[in-house]
Parts: sequence; C-alpha cells; structure tokens
Amino acid sequence: MSRSTKKGPFVHPSLLQKVLAMQGAERREIIRTWSRASTVMPEMVGMTIGVHDGRRHIPVLCSENMVGHKLGEFAFTRTFRGHKGRSETTSRKR
Amino acid sequence: MARIAGVDIPNDKQVAFSLPYIYGIGRTTALRVLAQTNVNPATKARDLTDDEVARLRAVIEGELVVEGDLRRNVRSNIQRLIEINCYRGQRHRRGLPVRGQRTKTNARTRRGVRRTVAGKKKATK
Repeated sequence: MSRSTKKGPFVHPSLLQKVLAMQGAERREIIRTWSRASTVMPEMVGMTIGVHDGRRHIPVLCSENMVGHKLGEFAFTRTFRGHKGRSETTSRKR
Repeated sequence: MARIAGVDIPNDKQVAFSLPYIYGIGRTTALRVLAQTNVNPATKARDLTDDEVARLRAVIEGELVVEGDLRRNVRSNIQRLIEINCYRGQRHRRGLPVRGQRTKTNARTRRGVRRTVAGKKKATK
C-alpha cells in the first residue's frame, strides 16, 4: 500500500519487456508470469495475463479499473469449497 | 436548531461535539472547520449566530465530502473492488474481513452473529 512514489510502480523487468513487445500488433497471446507482485500498468489494459497461483496460470483480463493493483490480487491462491453442512454454498469452480 | 449538510440537526452540545453527528466529520475535522471559520468550539450549537452557521455550512457543504456523497463514494469504491474480481472484492462479497485479519476466531463484526454449525465436534482431551 505504501511504496515510495519516488520508486515508481514495480513491474518485473521480463514481464514489462513482454508487455511492451505485445503492445503493438495483434494482442491475442496470453503472457504467462509468476510475478504476482507486479503492478497492473495502463499498458496492460486489454491484455490477458496468466498469473501463477502456485499451481497454474490463471488468465486475467486487465481492465481499466485494475490499474494500480497487483497481478496477484486477481489470481487467488486458495480454493474455498464452502463449509461442511452449509446449504448455501458459495464455492467457486475453477 | 441549525441544519447543516441536509438533514443533520446537531443538538444542544458544544459545536465541536455536535458537528461529528454529520457523517464524514469526526472530532479532528470538526475542530479544523471551526478554526477555519473562526467559530469558538465551545459555543453551544443552539447559541450559534446565523452568520456563524452560514460560514460553517459554506465550508462543510462546499469543501468537504459528507453524508450522501461520501456514502456513495464509499459504496462505489467497494463496488469497484467487487467488479474487478480482486481479492479484496471477493472478501467484500463474502462478508469476511478484507484486511487479512484472522477468521479462525473473532471477525464477528464482519461475519455477524454466530451460527452454530451442526455436527461440529469438540475435541475431546
């Protein structure tokens, strides 16, 4: 939450490179990354990025609202299947 | 009785303590506003002159985000988190604590009144 502004947002160098490379042409490819700590940059809007959740890469389509958040916020690392005996299960399918 | 920022009618306490009845104004903001408008914080709200009320109203309604607008802001911020499908939005959706607090015990504010789960056995020593 409180990274020094002086430093600017963190994006993993190799991810940044790939994002910039894909900025121009047909933007259909999913960039896979393990860098959950990278910030979503304005350049990433519209791109799909495969964010590692520890097991696989979750495709995250970046929208305008996501700018400034970290990629990891969109790929959950835990699977919650609901509690035993609860009728209204909020479990999510992966 | 003075009426500032819509429906709020602070009562017969000192202004410094009646302004916080407005949503979005706490003790710090109240004191700051009073200093800014040159109103003695110790005057009772009912003894405020019309001029003082007008000055307070100008600052509070003009410069600050309070009441309905503030509530709307907060709600739209939460709505945004939910829409972008991020971790915090997910926690809001499920009504669980958002900032990483423990949920094994406590967290009653977010989770509401205890619901006993059937069949959950207590560990026997």
